This record gives sequence, structure tokens and C-alpha cells, in this order.
Amino acid sequence: MNSTVINKDLPNKKLKVTRHFNAPIAKIWEAWTNPALLEKWWGPKPWTAVTKTMDFKAGGLWLYKMTGPDGEGQWCRVDIHTVDAPNGFTSTATFSDEDGVKTGTFPDGHWNTQFFADGDGTRVEATLTFDTLADMEQLVAMGFEQGFTMGLNQLEELLAQ
Amino acid sequence: MKRDIFNAIADPTRRAIITLLALQAMTPNALAEHFNTSRQAVSKHIQILAECDVVTQQQTGREIYYHFNAKKMKEVDEWIERFRQLWDDRFNQLDNLLNDL
Repeated sequence: MNSTVINKDLPNKKLKVTRHFNAPIAKIWEAWTNPALLEKWWGPKPWTAVTKTMDFKAGGLWLYKMTGPDGEGQWCRVDIHTVDAPNGFTSTATFSDEDGVKTGTFPDGHWNTQFFADGDGTRVEATLTFDTLADMEQLVAMGFEQGFTMGLNQLEELLAQ
Repeated sequence: MKRDIFNAIADPTRRAIITLLALQAMTPNALAEHFNTSRQAVSKHIQILAECDVVTQQQTGREIYYHFNAKKMKEVDEWIERFRQLWDDRFNQLDNLLNDL
């Protein structure tokens, strides 16, 4: 199994996620930009990323609900800034309501997601940058996955009953 | 005032202090000798590091020694490990999906 590597540059408020996939870049691009495919992998179990709208172009928006097994969940909006298919895109992700209005409860995370052909496969390098140290502190305080982890704990409790 | 770990690592002098104290506990004077800035400036950084719980002080005889609190720095590592785990879970699901595409 390929391993996921995180490089941290905390003074610059930056984290980089690197992972190799045994699939060509065109498939990786498709998996990252097609809502029907994102639904199958974007949500960490038991969550599913259910797309309401996606307009994957510069200035476009992806609005989805990270949905739990009980139908509850958290709306997320991803603003797409630049698109260079199939090499990568830049975006900003945060929590919103179902109309895409920011909740202000989750700091903006700015992503630079890049795909590189690597042998028969593809290397993904996704760099996450925050605006301020305070934003990063907030994420640490919340434990990053925030609602998701809380939801997971709820599920574990439910299963234990 | 209680500060967060990120205050500690936001400044290059504070990162240098952390690196020095990680090697050995030091008195304020010994520590200040490593820097070109004033003793007051170094002491201000120490104060911030203490507020972040990254540095603790202990009285030994007449001297105060600053110690590095490794446990506090581990919080950041644990957070990053959770972040890594989240992405690893996602990517393993993506691996399965890619096999079917």
C-alpha cells in the first residue's frame, strides 16, 4: 500500500500532503473532479460527500454535504480559483450552510493540489496554507476533523449500545 | 495569558531557543550568550515560551534553569498524525475506486 506523507512548515502555516497512486493522471483528475466519484472516496468513513452543486472551473464552486449515516452532517464549500487540467487546481475550503453561506466556525484552508505523472502512476502533492496562525491554532484546538470526529464518536457509542 | 503552541514556533529566535533547550537545560545568562539581541529580548521570548508551556523553569540552588517541555511539542505532532490519518483513510478509499475505474 502507498503511504501518505505529511511535510510541515508550521512557521509558514503550511502543510503538504504527498501520496503516490498506481493509476494514470487522467483517472486521478476524474476522481477529484467528478461528484459521483468524489462521493465514493472524499468522505472518511462513515461519511459521504454528497454534492449539491459543482462547477469545476476558475471562479466556480463545489458545494457538498459531508453526510453521516443518520443523514446529519456538515455543509462545506470549496471555491475553485484556478484550474489546469489534468495537472492541478487551487481552491479554498471552509464550512458553510446548505446555501453556501460561510458559517465562520471553520478557518479558510487554501489548497494547491498538483498531480504529477510518475512512472505508470501519479504523485499527488496537496499543499494547505492558512491565512493566520490563529486559524491554525483553531484547527488544533478543534482537533482538525471537528464535526467529523464528533460524529464518529457518536457512531461508536451507538454501535456499542 | 495562556498562549498556544503556534505562538512558540512563530518566531525564529524562539525556535532557536527551543532547539538549544532541547539539548540541555540552561540558565537565563547561558541562554542569552547564544544571541546577539539584548538579555531583555531573550527574556521576553522565554516568557512567551513559558506561557505556551514549551519551557518550564526550575530553581537549582541559586540558579534558575530553563527546561524544554517535550510533551507540549508532541501535541502538534499528534495533531499532524490525525491529519495524516484522515488523508490516508481517504486515499485508501480512492485506491479502491481507481481499481474499478
